Amino acid sequence: MPTEILSGKATPDINTKVENVSRRNFLRYAGATTAGGMLLVAACKKDDNDMNNGGVDLGSGDTGILNYAYALEQLEAAFYTQVVLTPYSGITDNEKALMTDIRDHEIAHREFFKTALSTSAIPGLEVDFSTIDFTSRASVLGTAKAFEDLGVSAYNGAGRLITNPDYLVLAGKIVSVEARHAALIRDLISNGTFADNTVVDANGLDKSRTPAEVLAIAASYVKTKINASRLPS
Amino acid sequence: MNLLNIIGEIEKTDPEVYQRLDTRRDAMKQFKKIGSRIALASLPLALGSMFNKAYSQSGNALVLDVLNYALTLEYLEAEFYTKGSAAAGLVPAGAATGAIATIRDHENAHVAFLKTAITAVGGAAAVVAKPTFDFTAGGAFGDVFTNYATFLAVAQTFEDTGVRAYKGRAAEIVMGGDYLTAALNIHSVEARHASHIRQMRKNAGHAPTLKPWITGKETGIGAAVQASYNGEEVTTQAGVNIVNINGFAISAAAASEAFDEPLSKAQVLAIVGPFIK
Repeated sequence: MPTEILSGKATPDINTKVENVSRRNFLRYAGATTAGGMLLVAACKKDDNDMNNGGVDLGSGDTGILNYAYALEQLEAAFYTQVVLTPYSGITDNEKALMTDIRDHEIAHREFFKTALSTSAIPGLEVDFSTIDFTSRASVLGTAKAFEDLGVSAYNGAGRLITNPDYLVLAGKIVSVEARHAALIRDLISNGTFADNTVVDANGLDKSRTPAEVLAIAASYVKTKINASRLPS
Repeated sequence: MNLLNIIGEIEKTDPEVYQRLDTRRDAMKQFKKIGSRIALASLPLALGSMFNKAYSQSGNALVLDVLNYALTLEYLEAEFYTKGSAAAGLVPAGAATGAIATIRDHENAHVAFLKTAITAVGGAAAVVAKPTFDFTAGGAFGDVFTNYATFLAVAQTFEDTGVRAYKGRAAEIVMGGDYLTAALNIHSVEARHASHIRQMRKNAGHAPTLKPWITGKETGIGAAVQASYNGEEVTTQAGVNIVNINGFAISAAAASEAFDEPLSKAQVLAIVGPFIK
């Protein structure tokens, strides 16, 4: 499976283009948090060994959470880019239009985080889609469902770790679009499963997952090792 | 000056002080770390700021206000789907009836869940009463329970508005721990509902070009519900222009779809107002 579709390689000259974008305000608070977060690391390093694997470091504080979201959006964008590039057999025009929309949304999310994080952004991740049969509707939609439900639970779980209200709202703006995707994909697989009891509990609540839980699930699709040891918890 | 003694003293009058501070664990850790170095004179300021955060941002009054706001919207949706499900001949048998029942059950579960949460925070008396609803909105949707197309159009508006409403108040309960997580877990379920209702409208031929996500500020319904969609058309996020971002061909339509926008409390109450008697 080609991995060039990830942001780093097939991307036009990103680094020069983003220089003009004003993002200093966006990151001002994250910078402050990072400074505080680094103090924390010295204080409580021993608690965090489980996710410290020497891989790409997401960072700490709000910056770490934004990089965590950026990592997930990289995965989703790479997946849908491939889906649109090599459509599964029997894809309808309607499905192709929907997949193209979702691809564009995920690219928009990915590039937004990359631009907003600027020099704090993690590098492009290398994905491993070797277990996915992109010619098979069942394989593609099954993977899409897993990614979308995972993304929803990731944002839901990360919300409480964010300290800057503006970032929390941004995460909220994205997670509901991921939930719209998740519902659509589920309905394409089996109409009426948009919010069935595998994702929504008896209280009518969606799932939330911790970064450790999410990254453990995502790891089978990401070759690059991700070090989440400095994320808030 | 011994900081832990101070917190210990507070614990005598507020047994939950550690729990409150625990929702701000980062602040607490930083506090411990810097406490040994910081100049003695600035300590009261640091303490005051820490407790202000613990008590004002996740304070009971604010949490209750946000939860009761959510409950009012859930009352609206729960009664709407309960009545729609019960209206003979309104929703076609089969998949549509199943979907509406699923959504109805979620909205009723949200009502029960929020009531329990509010009671836990402020006692039963803190639970806001259910308003009397007029789902025709004073006649604007007079056939809401006899015309399937009208029913789904109102459903779409309620779901899309609900998604925006939860988002609009999330910032107020930032670092709100379990309450924030619960609100987020309801918020994404509303978005799943919105996606499905929009597909139902498309597949039923009510709005053939409608997508599961919101394009620009298009309603797919008409001017009567425009207020629920105004503001959704933005294509800039945190100062970053999403259209054609970093050289990728992202249209204005896709840029607006990729981010759902919040609505303020005042905006939501203006939208919901006509449905409350």
